[in-house]
Amino acid sequence: MGKNQQQQKICYVNTGPGQKPGVSKFFKKDFLFKFILFFSGFLVFLLVLSIFVSLILNSVPSLKEFGLKFFVSKTWDPVFEQFGALPFITGTLLTSFLAILITIPFSLAISIYLAEFTKHGFYPGFLKNSIDLLAGVPSVVYGFFGIFVIVPVIRYLQIKLHIEPYGVGIFTASIILSIMIIPFSSSLGREIIEMVPAEIKEAAYSLGSTRFEVIKYVILPYARSGITAGILLALGRAIGETMAVTMVIGNSNMMPESIFSPSNTMASVIANEFTEAVTSIHLSSLIEIGVVLFLVTTMISITGKIIIKKFAVHQ
Amino acid sequence: MKKIFKVMLGVVMMLLMVNVSKADDKELIGAGATFPYPLYSKMFDVYYKEHGIKVNYSAIGSGGGIRQLKEKTVDFGGTDAFLSDQQIKEMGADIVHIPVCMGAVVLAYNMPGIKTLYLTPDIVADMFLGKIKKWNDPKIQKINPKEKLPDTNIVTVHRSDGSGTTFIFTDYLSKISNEWQSKVGKGTSVNWPIGLGGKGNSGVAGLIKNVPYSIGYVELIYALSNKIPFATLQNKSGVFIEPSLTTTSKAGDVKLPDDMRVSITDTDAKDGYSISGFTWIIVYKKQNYGNRSYERAKTLVNLLWWMVHQGQKYAEELHYAPLSKQALMKAENLIKSITYNGKQIMN
Amino acid sequence: MENIRKRILKDRLFTLIVIVLSFTACIPLLAILGFIIKNGISSINLDFFIHLPKPVGEHGGGISNAIIGTFIVVGIAFVIATPLSLLAGIYLAENKKNFFSDVLRVGIDILASIPSIVIGIIAYLWVVKPMKSFSALSGGIALAIIMLPVVIKSTEETLSMVPDSLREASLALGVPYFRTILKVIVPAGLSGIITGILIAISRIAGETAPLLFTAFGNPFMNLNVTKPVNTIPLVVFNYSTSPYEQWHKIAWAAALVLIAIVFVFNFLARIISKKWKTKF
Repeated sequence: MGKNQQQQKICYVNTGPGQKPGVSKFFKKDFLFKFILFFSGFLVFLLVLSIFVSLILNSVPSLKEFGLKFFVSKTWDPVFEQFGALPFITGTLLTSFLAILITIPFSLAISIYLAEFTKHGFYPGFLKNSIDLLAGVPSVVYGFFGIFVIVPVIRYLQIKLHIEPYGVGIFTASIILSIMIIPFSSSLGREIIEMVPAEIKEAAYSLGSTRFEVIKYVILPYARSGITAGILLALGRAIGETMAVTMVIGNSNMMPESIFSPSNTMASVIANEFTEAVTSIHLSSLIEIGVVLFLVTTMISITGKIIIKKFAVHQ
Repeated sequence: MKKIFKVMLGVVMMLLMVNVSKADDKELIGAGATFPYPLYSKMFDVYYKEHGIKVNYSAIGSGGGIRQLKEKTVDFGGTDAFLSDQQIKEMGADIVHIPVCMGAVVLAYNMPGIKTLYLTPDIVADMFLGKIKKWNDPKIQKINPKEKLPDTNIVTVHRSDGSGTTFIFTDYLSKISNEWQSKVGKGTSVNWPIGLGGKGNSGVAGLIKNVPYSIGYVELIYALSNKIPFATLQNKSGVFIEPSLTTTSKAGDVKLPDDMRVSITDTDAKDGYSISGFTWIIVYKKQNYGNRSYERAKTLVNLLWWMVHQGQKYAEELHYAPLSKQALMKAENLIKSITYNGKQIMN
Repeated sequence: MENIRKRILKDRLFTLIVIVLSFTACIPLLAILGFIIKNGISSINLDFFIHLPKPVGEHGGGISNAIIGTFIVVGIAFVIATPLSLLAGIYLAENKKNFFSDVLRVGIDILASIPSIVIGIIAYLWVVKPMKSFSALSGGIALAIIMLPVVIKSTEETLSMVPDSLREASLALGVPYFRTILKVIVPAGLSGIITGILIAISRIAGETAPLLFTAFGNPFMNLNVTKPVNTIPLVVFNYSTSPYEQWHKIAWAAALVLIAIVFVFNFLARIISKKWKTKF
């Protein structure tokens, strides 16, 4: 009886004439369908792999020519065909880190408000809608706004401070970037804060803590790793941003001297020079920068997500 | 589920319908120099109205024009930097440079209240090398006795993209300054020691206009149409020349080579402006490459012929110098040398 | 009691700071909207939508070619990305604990984090170079790659929320697997799926970087997908970085049109997600 128990689950529905009971006449179609599903997933996977391989293959000329020197050389000289990416790596790091620094207080405030304060009412609704709309504004519109509104303001400040009135530069780009990542980082922050278990919050409140104290001594320390991961992910976003940065960063391929210097980021130099790189070594150097962008954003994204997963499971 | 499929079907149908529009050997694609862009923009607009042929020209800089022609993604390239022998070899086939007009690269500046500015070659080189840092540097002040120059830092502006205008300017600087020649050299994209970068002639003009105490190099029309003042430059013969249509033409008044690959900067002409240059349309000499049709090649050649003849009348009002008789003759010969399957296209 | 008062004061102060900071963060949005509406509205008229751009320095002209171009590249991206991402999303929702699913999810996260300019490089290498021409097709493919992870993720999330009981009931009634998915599960999650697609569309409609060297731009109207095409974000980029007053005005108006499109799609997505949502 034991072995035959399995065979007891014979289905007589959906069997066609001349077919064995238990075998659905849709068996083939189901199999085909499941295969199509799997194949679609496989195609997507193949896509990601091919992107990586394509980028690497096309940067081989400059990889061979410059090797590791590419990342520490300051010279980007198309005439003498010497390409070094340090100015752009520096520009990228400076703008992104500065943008994160600027955005933290604001994003944190929004996350805390939406997670811990009133959830319904005029102001939360207004806040949520504003942030959603902010998230939908295209990068090029931010850049446009930057050119015509932010740059003159910065220029005015620079004149007052007696520094070169470029208007454009790293500082301006950081400001625009910080505005752009507010929606992303605040929604991430809010998710993290909402993951803090209610029990420990309520325990703190029942001991008589004010909301500020609960946030400062309970929620933030608990959510610390998650918030760090959130900052990391926001950094990844900022690094890849192209249009708004290209429009306000001043487009200089020299090492920046201060945060008010004009500069270029890895993304903006590709946007500037890609259609015009005449020699194959110039082109492959630009593609190599694309590889760096790909790797950096991938690593940041994976690391951030791992930290958040650990944090979420950890309760 | 059905709804989504229906929507998609609708979109696909629309796209297919839209695509059945005629194969367009009636449309040419070009890319390149921003230097002559105002003129080309006008020329192609007129050509479309008169001949029904659309010419889609994207001003992405001479470097872009050369590259896209190399990749054969465009029918013609626009460049103010003629190709070197090495570059022609890299193109893989013979290239014809058709001159269209001449223009002046001027030093446009932004100094409130300063109406005229005289500069010498050495000063220009030193400014862009970063050796002269302030506007009221004695060297500059000396040749501008009438103006009180401000005690501020000079902000130089250059091209961030691959540019023929840069080529003309750096070609000039290499000729008049040994230091520039060895440190920076000439090219469509160079390693600028200092300064802000703008995209296209228009980007540079925009920056100069908005950044006080800046100076940069742009094609004459960009300075004029944006009402930006520009400098009067001392030429090889020692005369201070104001860039204009006339002085540009005079600079081009030299013996021209048959292939028209010539630099006319630092001209010997006594009353010529030193930073002048030709701008060319570059095409492949043998037009039967890829799957180019004869019709397409013929359309291209007709356009070129029109540009050097009837198109020339639009040059002057935009402050470009039209081709001289000598240049026109060379241009005609060059156009006639374009072949398809070995046969001359223009007859 | 001094201590209590201090603590309450700190709490109130903190609340104030949070509200001030969060409000300040919204000011840029109001500023952006304000400036764009103020500067763009004056150039919006029927001509603007119907006419082609004029040559440099001449008055008037519109962005009709860019509007059509935007539709074309977004349409191509939609047709390419939607079926693939729906199927992949269904696969992931149906195979939650598979090794391959985990690998795929990582891959999709990677795809989502690739900067759009790098996707532009890929489209250039894969489509523009072999075709030897810039084209709306290459732009559409680049946008499709950007759209994939967005729709896959939202499809997976939506379908995962459909309770298992629904699937099991259907299968128990003898409905074959493929019909269960297509006619029971997917329709149940339709609102979420459509929302995801709408949001993805509004995102790619505003993309510029990948189109710089794929769609390339075109001063004329072009309906042929194998040729370059102009799009509204490209107009904003090219015209705003020029020194011509006339072009700046057009750029403001184009930015206004772009924001309007994006907001309309967002709004639609929100309505659909509320009204059509099947409750379990």
